[in-house]
Amino acid sequence: MIRLGALVVGLLFVLNVLWGAVQPREDSAPDMAKQLHKHPKHVEWAHNGPGNLGVLGTFDRGQLQRGFQVYKEVCSACHSINRVAFRDLADLGFSEAQIKAIAAEYEVAAIDGNGEPTTRKATPADKFPLVYANEAAARAAQNGANPPDLSLMTKARPDGTNYVYSLLTGYSDDVPKGWVKPDTLYYNPYFHSINIAMPPPLAADGQVTYADGTNGTVDQYAKDVAAFLTWTAEPKLENRKETGVAAILFLTVLTFLGYLSYRKVWADVKKPA
Amino acid sequence: MSFPWAKHYQPTSAVGKWMDERLPLPRFVYNALGPGYPTPKNLNAFYNFGVLAGVALVIQIITGVVLAMHFAADTRVAFDSVEHIMRDVNGGWMIRYMHAVGASFFFGVVYIHIFRGLYYGSYKPPREMLWMLGLVIFLLMMATAFMGYVLVWGQMSFWGAQVITGLFSALPVVGTSIQTWLLGGFSPDNATLNRFFSLHYLLPFVTFGVIILHVWALHIPGSNNPTGIDVKSEADTVPFHPYYTAKDFVGLGIYLIVFAAFVFFMPNSLGEPDNYIPANPLSTPAHIVPEWYFWPFYAILRAFTTDFLGVPAKLWGVIAMFASILLLFLLPWLDTSPVRSNNYRPLSRILFWVFVAVALALGVCGGAPAEEPWVRLSQVLTAYYFAHFLIILPIVSKLEKTKPLPGSISEAVLAKVGKGSGGAAPVAQPAE
Repeated sequence: MIRLGALVVGLLFVLNVLWGAVQPREDSAPDMAKQLHKHPKHVEWAHNGPGNLGVLGTFDRGQLQRGFQVYKEVCSACHSINRVAFRDLADLGFSEAQIKAIAAEYEVAAIDGNGEPTTRKATPADKFPLVYANEAAARAAQNGANPPDLSLMTKARPDGTNYVYSLLTGYSDDVPKGWVKPDTLYYNPYFHSINIAMPPPLAADGQVTYADGTNGTVDQYAKDVAAFLTWTAEPKLENRKETGVAAILFLTVLTFLGYLSYRKVWADVKKPA
Repeated sequence: MSFPWAKHYQPTSAVGKWMDERLPLPRFVYNALGPGYPTPKNLNAFYNFGVLAGVALVIQIITGVVLAMHFAADTRVAFDSVEHIMRDVNGGWMIRYMHAVGASFFFGVVYIHIFRGLYYGSYKPPREMLWMLGLVIFLLMMATAFMGYVLVWGQMSFWGAQVITGLFSALPVVGTSIQTWLLGGFSPDNATLNRFFSLHYLLPFVTFGVIILHVWALHIPGSNNPTGIDVKSEADTVPFHPYYTAKDFVGLGIYLIVFAAFVFFMPNSLGEPDNYIPANPLSTPAHIVPEWYFWPFYAILRAFTTDFLGVPAKLWGVIAMFASILLLFLLPWLDTSPVRSNNYRPLSRILFWVFVAVALALGVCGGAPAEEPWVRLSQVLTAYYFAHFLIILPIVSKLEKTKPLPGSISEAVLAKVGKGSGGAAPVAQPAE
């Protein structure tokens, strides 16, 4: 009885779904955005370690500091990194005094002695303040666009670090024939919908002057800021990898010892009679 | 129940004796996982995954309890509190990555555990209750994992909650009311987050309870084994401890190495980047997908595209998705072959591997966008999924001519040793 019932139900499902499979499909127009869209370029990163495998590797402190400089001088005009605290900058190799000085350049909301809202200079304990008070303010100032917070950007996009680098260096004036691009938007095949509201932020070599003598090229800026945003998204990356190496070494030794005792325990059973 | 030759617990100390007369907990453990549990001596590595699933659950509970100390179930701060754990809680990044990767690994080992049971016929008499309790655990896991994913309150959390609870709206008449009841509102919001947090904390302990029943049901007939034949004598078994404790320890070590590799070197490789974007009810992600372990069922859900017999396609999808798991409860009565192990069922063995391939392919389809060729492919695969269990297996199990079974487990083991070494001085290798 169960099997007869199963047969009937089974036939019902099978015929139903196969009926759906033989239905003709509407010819959908090929999605041009999908055809134009490019995967991020492949770049070697210090924090990905040997072979760019991602297993070992530490951040290049000099690169992070340069990336922070690019962020501060270029990106921060529109984008916040609100999940990062000034004190976190110690990871980049900044001294306490330097961090205090950097924090003091920013104003954060506060309440004065009379209970009135006011602002004060930021301290190392504060987070990087938002650029716009809220989304409406951002859209009003940005021609309808809302510049996202960048703290987690490299983890919020597939292949995020390469994505940020590719997006920043991927603008093009050669808009393919047949592709509609409103005048207020820019053509960038690395952006998911191709037309992006952000104007090319890194316009020319020399836009940022590095203190450490590194050549100031657009390509270098893009790499440095992508590395910096990898750190803002995953500040514990180095700690994580170090712990991982230790954990796996420990587990390997433990498993090997376990294997030896397994061999010993089973020796009498595995011996053929 | 146990075999007559099972070792008996003998308290060796006065304290042990005192305890045994009042609360025989040590005796219970001795009989469950100790020398008092005779286990077939030919269990291979696939029989390790039950223990691994238990360990995976314990890892989830321990890391989850710690995460709950720092998590805030409020839509305004839930996402921020997760980032607080990642950045400011000591070791928080490790606890959270272990929990997130651990969910994937839990499903991974449970899938292998289920397929092991399918291959060796572990659902057949007298283990039907064991099998069905396992399916209950699987369903509880799915509910728990889904609700846990929502707690992060990222984009995929929010839209996943929207889509999954939206399934219930396909039910006629009461559907929309059920969805509203589940969500505590008309769309996922604070009420949803709070109840999901409460249930996400509760269900693992319910799961733990069902696991105790599962292990209890296991100990009545004892473990199945790769030959699928019953234990006949003491020569067929070894005491669980030290033999399988030693063997499972090696498996556990290997499992933890792979687990650590994911946690420490590629913790986000199994997740969707979209969930690092805070939930935004006004912006739908281009491509809403669940986590990988739900992909085969998601593919089945989306495979029904035409109204059929007056029932809307969406409702068919929902019914089929639930049916795809619920039909497994009937498996002991659909597959009537008296032979358990597929090692001795030539036809059924081929069908098993076809089914594995179909299940994996359904997974690929479920993770792909809902467009051609994926939709059509998932339709064909879904047809096979249902045909396999409901039509093919019942017929094959009646008609199939099975291979002769070995006389006993130890006979099978010895035959394998002889074959493996070509007759010369046999090298240790049988129990695999």
